[in-house]
Amino acid sequence: MESLIGLLVAAPLLGAAVLLCGGRRLDRTGHWLGTGLAFLSFAFGLVLFTDMLGKDGEHRALHSHLFSWVPVGDFQADVAFQLDQLSMTFVLLITGVGSLIHLYSVGYMEHDERRRRFFGYLNLFLAAMLLLVIADNYLLLYVGWEGVGLASYLLIGFWQHKPSAATAAKKAFIVNRVGDFGLSVAIMLMFTTFGTFAFGPVLANATEAGESKLTAIGLMLLLAACGKSAQVPLQSWLGDAMEGPTPVSALIHAATMVTAGVYLIVRSGAIFNGAPDAQTAVMVVGAVTLLFGAIVGCAKDDIKKGLAGSTMSQIGYMVLAAGLGPIGYVFAIMHLVTHGFFKAGLFLGAGSVMHGMNDEVDMRKYGGLRKYMPVTFVTFGLGYLAIIGFPFLSGFYSKDHLIEAAFARGATQGWIFGSVALLGAAITAFYMTRMMLMTFFGEKRWQPDENGELPHPHESPKTMTIPMVILAAGSVAAGFIFNLGERFVHWLEPVTGYEHGHLPEPLNVPLITGSAVTAMVLGVALAWVKYGRRPVPAVAPRGNALTWAARRDLLQDDVNHVVLVRGGEHLTRSLVYLDHKVVDGVVNGTAATVGGLSGRMRRVQNGFVRSYAVSMFGGAAVLIAATLFMRAV
Amino acid sequence: MSFPLLTATAALPALGAVATAAVPAEKRTVAKWLALLVSLGTLVLAAIVAIRFDPDGARFQLTESHAWIADFGVRYELGVDGIAVALVGLTALLIPFIIAAGWHDADPLAEKTTSRWRPTQGFFALILLVEAMVVISFLATDVFLFYIFFEAMLIPMYFLIGGFGDRAHQHGEEEAGRQRSYAAVKFLLYNLAGGLIMLAAVIGLYAVTSDQLGSGTFSLQEILQARADRDLDIATSTERWLFLGFFFAFAVKAPLWPLHTWLPNAMGESTAPIAVLITAVVDKVGTFAMLRFCLGLFPEASQWATPVILVLALISIVYGALLAVGQRDIKRLIAFASISHFGFIVMGIFAMTSQGQSGATLYMVNHGISTAALMLVIGFLISRRGSRLIADYGGVQKVAPVLAGTFLIGGLATLSLPGLAPFVSEFLVLVGTFARYPVIGIIATVGIVLAAVYVLVLYQRTMTGPVKSGLEKLPDLRVREVLVVAPLIALLIGLGVYPKPLTDIVNPAVGHTLSDVGEKDPKPEHDARGGDK
Amino acid sequence: MNPVNYLFLSALLFTIGAAGVLIRRNAIVVFMCVELMLNACNLAFVTFSRMHGNLDGQIIAFFTMVVAAAEVVVGLAIIVTVYRSRHSASVDDASLMKL
Repeated sequence: MESLIGLLVAAPLLGAAVLLCGGRRLDRTGHWLGTGLAFLSFAFGLVLFTDMLGKDGEHRALHSHLFSWVPVGDFQADVAFQLDQLSMTFVLLITGVGSLIHLYSVGYMEHDERRRRFFGYLNLFLAAMLLLVIADNYLLLYVGWEGVGLASYLLIGFWQHKPSAATAAKKAFIVNRVGDFGLSVAIMLMFTTFGTFAFGPVLANATEAGESKLTAIGLMLLLAACGKSAQVPLQSWLGDAMEGPTPVSALIHAATMVTAGVYLIVRSGAIFNGAPDAQTAVMVVGAVTLLFGAIVGCAKDDIKKGLAGSTMSQIGYMVLAAGLGPIGYVFAIMHLVTHGFFKAGLFLGAGSVMHGMNDEVDMRKYGGLRKYMPVTFVTFGLGYLAIIGFPFLSGFYSKDHLIEAAFARGATQGWIFGSVALLGAAITAFYMTRMMLMTFFGEKRWQPDENGELPHPHESPKTMTIPMVILAAGSVAAGFIFNLGERFVHWLEPVTGYEHGHLPEPLNVPLITGSAVTAMVLGVALAWVKYGRRPVPAVAPRGNALTWAARRDLLQDDVNHVVLVRGGEHLTRSLVYLDHKVVDGVVNGTAATVGGLSGRMRRVQNGFVRSYAVSMFGGAAVLIAATLFMRAV
Repeated sequence: MSFPLLTATAALPALGAVATAAVPAEKRTVAKWLALLVSLGTLVLAAIVAIRFDPDGARFQLTESHAWIADFGVRYELGVDGIAVALVGLTALLIPFIIAAGWHDADPLAEKTTSRWRPTQGFFALILLVEAMVVISFLATDVFLFYIFFEAMLIPMYFLIGGFGDRAHQHGEEEAGRQRSYAAVKFLLYNLAGGLIMLAAVIGLYAVTSDQLGSGTFSLQEILQARADRDLDIATSTERWLFLGFFFAFAVKAPLWPLHTWLPNAMGESTAPIAVLITAVVDKVGTFAMLRFCLGLFPEASQWATPVILVLALISIVYGALLAVGQRDIKRLIAFASISHFGFIVMGIFAMTSQGQSGATLYMVNHGISTAALMLVIGFLISRRGSRLIADYGGVQKVAPVLAGTFLIGGLATLSLPGLAPFVSEFLVLVGTFARYPVIGIIATVGIVLAAVYVLVLYQRTMTGPVKSGLEKLPDLRVREVLVVAPLIALLIGLGVYPKPLTDIVNPAVGHTLSDVGEKDPKPEHDARGGDK
Repeated sequence: MNPVNYLFLSALLFTIGAAGVLIRRNAIVVFMCVELMLNACNLAFVTFSRMHGNLDGQIIAFFTMVVAAAEVVVGLAIIVTVYRSRHSASVDDASLMKL
C-alpha cells in the first residue's frame, strides 16, 4: 500500500513531463492522456481509501520514506510521505474534482491550439497539489506549495498574448511569494526550535516550546495561508486570477489550491492550539476576509469575479473555523470539501454559460438563459442552493456547524465572530441570488460581440455537462452523507482532535440554525427585490460609495499600487541612479583623479631634448650640492 | 609516483589553449571542435577526480607537492577537498556549454574572412586558458601558487571582455566598442587593485610564518598544521590586517557590495557565454577563496569581521535585487541578480554553520548552472534581435515557445523555485544564517520576494503580450542551442530533486572548515527528534 | 705652473659645453658641445692624475676617448639620418617622443 502513495503523485507528474516535452505529436491525443492519468491517480486514491477504511481509526495513517533529500548536519530533509485521514480527504477531493475538470476541459479547450500544454499544466498542478497534502514534513510541503503556485502562474497566464492575463499571473505569483516568505520563516523557526520540521516530531512536541515561539511560528504560517488562500491582506491576486481559463478557476482558484492555506492551519493545529494569540489572529483574518469577499462579490458584474469574491469569503469561513481550535478544524475541512463541490460546479456552470455566450463575462449582458441551457441552469441552481445554505443541501450542514462553533467560543469573541458568520450568510445569499437572477432569469440583454454577432446560447457538449452533473450531485448530497451519524467528525478526529463546544446561554442549536436560515431568506428576498422584480439595467448604475469601492475590490489594489508599485518604482529608480552616481561615482572618481594627476605629470615630457638636458643638469647639480652639503655637515 | 591527476586536469585545457591558438586562420571549424573536445576531456578528468575522491577520507586528497621557488618556500602544491571537487566539477562542466553556446560568437566578419586575422582561434584559446587558470586556483593549496593564477586569469578575461562583444548593439558599432573597452579596463583595474592589496597580505603572511616557524611557507596544509600544533600564533592585529588584505581581493572578485560596480559593465558588454564565464566560473574563485583561505588562515579575524561582512552581504542581497528590478538592459539585470546571489553565498559562508557553508558551496554550483541556463538563452535571444533592451522585446512566447519555455525555467531557477537546484542551496543558506542570526536571516528572506519580482517582470515584458513589431519572424531555438540548454535544465531538476551526491561530498569539507574556525552548529532549543531518528 | 689652473680651465670648458647643449638648436653644434664637455672631463682627469701622482686618471681619460669615439659614430649617424628625413638638424624639430 505504501508504494501507492508515491504513485499518486507520479501519475500526473509523468503526464506533465510527457505532455510538456512531447511536442506536437501529442497534440491530438495528449488531452486524453492527461485526463486518463488524472483518473488513474483518482483510482489510486480510492484504493488507498478503501484500504484505510479497513483499519481502525488510530492506525489508519500510512508512512512512506522514499529517500533522503537534503542532509546537512542537523538539517535532515527527506522525501517522505504521510497519508492520514486529513491527507486522504484532500487526495480524494483533489483527484476527484481534478479528474472531472480534466474531462470538462477536453470540451472547453477544444478550439485552443495549445490544448496539449494546458493539460500538461493541469497535470503539473495535480502532482504539486498532491505532493502538498501528502508530504510528511514542512519543507516538502513547501515544494508542493510553490509547485501549485507555479501551476497557477502558468494557467492564469495561459493566454499570455493578453497583457491582462500575463499581469494577473505575475501578480498572483508575487503576492504568493510574500506568503511563501512566511512559510520559509516558519520552517526556519521550527528548525531552530525543534531541530526538525517533520510533522510527527514537531507537532507531537509543540507544547514543549514556549508560547511566544509558537505564536511566532503560528503567525508566519498564517501569513503563508493568507497568500495562498487569498485572505486579507494578501487577497488582491484572486480576482485578477480569473483571467485564466474557467476550468482553472474552478479547480485551482475555487476547489483546491486556494484551500491549501486552510490545510496548512489545520495540519499545524498542534502549534496553533498552544498559541491563543495566533489563533485570534487567524479568526480575525478569516472574519475580515469573509465580509470583504462577500461585499466584493455583491458588486461585481463579471460572473467569474463575483464567484472569486465568493470563494474568498467562503475560505474566510474556513479560516475562521480553523482559528477556533479543535472545535472548528473538522468543520473547516468539511466546509472545504462541500465548497469544493459546489464552487467547482458553479465555476463550471459559469464556464458553460461563457462557452455559449461568445466568452462574454458581464452578467448584465446575460439574462433569460434558463431556457437555452437547461442542464447548466439546473446544475448551477443546485450549486447555488448549496452555497447559500438551503436546508439539507451540503452548504447548509457545513456552514451551520461553523456558525455554531463560532458562537460556542463564548464570551465577546464568540458573539462577534458568530454574528459576522451569520451576516456573511445573509450577504452570500444576496450576491448568489443576484448572480442567479441576472444570468438565468429576466429579460435577454445580449449584446453583439466584437464581430457584430449576437450570441447563440446553446447547451455545452457532454464532456462538459457530465462533470457538472456529478458535482451538482455532490453539492446536494455531500453534507447529508457527511453528517449521517457524525461520520466526518469521527473520520477526522484522530488527526485533528475534536471538542464538543457548549453554546452560551441563551443560545441553542435550533435557534442558531433558525437564524442562519432566516439570514439566508432575508438575503434572497433582498436580492429578489433588487434584481428579480424589476429589470436589470444593461449598464451598471453609479451606485453609492460602497458599491464604487466594492467594484474596485474595496480599493485594495489602489493602495497596493500607490504604496508598493509606485513606491517600489521610485525606490528602484533612485537606487539605480545612486548606484551609478555614488557607488560607481566614487570608483570612477578615483580613476579620474589618478588619470588627471597623470595628465599633469605628462606635461613634463615635452619631447624637447634640451629640456630633458636641463632637468639632467639640474638633477646632477642638486645631487652634487646635496653630497657636498652632507660632507660639510 | 602516481599519475598527477590534478596537474593533468589543469594542464589539459592549458595545452588545448596553445593548440587551439596554433590552428591556421582558415581552419576555424577545426579550432572550435578542438576546443570543445579539450573541454570535454577536462570534464572527463574532473569526473575522475570526483570519483577518486573519498568524502570520508583525508581532508586534502590526490595531493601533489614539489618544490618550486625554494628560497621563498613557494611550493607547487595541489590537493582537493570536497568543496574544490564541487567547484572544479562545475568549471569543467560549464566550459563545454560556454564553448558550444559561443560557437559563432567569434566568427570573423564576412569582409575579413580572407585575411590572416584569427579571432575565432583566439576566442576559444582564451576560454580554455581561463579554464586552466580557474581550475588550478581551485586546486592550489599553496597560497602563492593560488595568488599567481588568481591574478593571471585577469589577462585572458580582459581580452575576452574587451575583444569580443555582441554583434549588434543598440547604440551602433563605435559606441559599443567604446563601452566594451571601458568595461574591460574597469574589470582589469578593479580586480588588479584587489589583487595588489592581497599581494601585500601574501607577503605579510610569509613574513609572519618565517618569523615564527623559522622558515617561511605559503603552504596551506603546513600553516593549518602549525596552527593546530600551536607553533603558529599570529598576533591579533596582524591577523586582522592580513585577513582584510585577502578578503578585499575576494570581495572584489565575488563581488560584494559596494565593490560590485564592475560586474554589470563587464557582463553587459561581453557576449553571453563570456558573461557566464565571468559570473558562473571566474567569480566563484572569490567566494571559494573566502571559504578556503580567509576562514582557514585567519579564523580569529574571520570571526571578528563576521558582523560587518554579514551586513554587507545582506545589503548585496537586497540592493542587487532592487537594482535588478530597475534595469532596462536584460544582461545588466542578470548581473544585478547575480550580485544578489553572491550576497547569499557570502552570507552562507560567514554564518559559520554547517547548513550555511554547505548551502553556500551548493549555491556556487547551482548559481553557476542556473545563471548559465538563463544567460545563454538570453544570449540566443539577443543574437536574434540585436538588442539588449527589455523594451525591444514582447510576445516572444508566441513566436518562439521553446525559447520562452527554457527562458522561464532558467528564470524560475534564478528565483529559487522549489524542485529546482537553487532552492536547496538558498534555503540551506537562509536556515544556516537564521540559526545564528535570526534578524539577518529574516531580512535576507525578503530577497525571495524580490527575486520573483525581477524575474517575472522580465519574463512578462519580453515573452508575453502581443508580439512586438520586428519579432514576427523570430526563429525558435535551433538544435545546437537546445543541446546547450537542455542538459543544464536537466541538471537543475536533477540536483533539485536529489542533491545528496553533492551534499555528501561537500559536508565533510565544511566540517573541517568549521572546525578551523572553532565553531559548532547551534543546538535547537527543544530537540524534538528524540528516538525516531 | 699651478695645476689648479688646469682645473679652472676644465670647469670653464665644461660650462661652455653645457651651455651650448642647452642653448643651441643645431644638432651638430649640440653634439660638438657634448664632445667639449667630455674633453673638459678628460682634462680634469689628467690634471688630477698629475696632482695625485698616480695613473688612474690617465687610464680613465683613455676610456673616455674610446667611448666618445663610439658615441661620435652612432650619434653622427643618427643626426645624418634625421637630417636626411626631415631636412633639418634642429633638435627641437625632433620631438616625436612626446605624447
